[in-house]
Amino acid sequence: MKARIIVTLKNGVLDPQGQAIEGSLKSLGFAGVDSVRQGKVFDVELSATDPGSATQELESMCEKLLANTVIENYTVEIIG
Amino acid sequence: MKSAVVVFPGLNRDRDMIAAIEKIGGTPPAIVWHKDAELPDVDLIVIPGGFSYGDALRPGAIAARSPIMDVIRERAERGVKVLGVCNGFQILTEAGMLPGVLMRNASLRFVCREIKLKVANANTAFSNRYADGQIIRCPIAHHDGNYFADAETLQSIEDNGQVVFRYAEGTNPNGSLNDIAGITNAAGNVLGLMPHPENLIEPEHGGEDGRGIFAGLLT
Repeated sequence: MKARIIVTLKNGVLDPQGQAIEGSLKSLGFAGVDSVRQGKVFDVELSATDPGSATQELESMCEKLLANTVIENYTVEIIG
Repeated sequence: MKSAVVVFPGLNRDRDMIAAIEKIGGTPPAIVWHKDAELPDVDLIVIPGGFSYGDALRPGAIAARSPIMDVIRERAERGVKVLGVCNGFQILTEAGMLPGVLMRNASLRFVCREIKLKVANANTAFSNRYADGQIIRCPIAHHDGNYFADAETLQSIEDNGQVVFRYAEGTNPNGSLNDIAGITNAAGNVLGLMPHPENLIEPEHGGEDGRGIFAGLLT
């Protein structure tokens, strides 16, 4: 089973890297960019077969390691 | 006063820390590799600076989840003093032993220079050799020292006097909220500090302003 975890900064948390990327996109001529927030993607392969328990385990991974919940949100998706 | 310096792979300020403790305290610290089965019975545990696990995932994140941190957490709960400098501070926040988090510097740049620190609370085991409001010199060297906590946490650490060191007015090098450079836990026996006092302890360093932190703990 394959899963994808997306970790993003919470709203209101300053994201200087996102701002630098936004500035660079604008300097490349992408004038319509209003805002960029950057984050992380983790593709995880699991030996589990039950999507329900796998999702629970992936959420536990996020809480314990993959996200710092002081500043980050996460989403878990089973993708195959 | 017995002390131990805990070393994780990727730290690079451990030798400076060991030297500072021996020079100021008179006794060398026990050096504990993170995989050692036992942490000796000490009064002070120090986690020095560097780049544990190459800052993989987030600075301090991997080291914070290693088994020795459970031992350190348990000792801290029993009142043993814990000092984390730079990566050590990041590890203590990631381990949940200190509130908040140290984010990428607002400038996105690695900053390596001398700054001025203001002593915000001289009534702690880590700062009692200084006076409230005293300005001291201290070197910094970090990429991720931008202290952040949610509004409620920030208010609570301010109200409890947990902010021990701030960057002096107008000198904040990294975007830290409230110019925070060093904080303790609620009990006051765990301190995290981004600057490197161990690198300003003798005339050959160009000054001795960092001695007070170690002198207060070790002598």
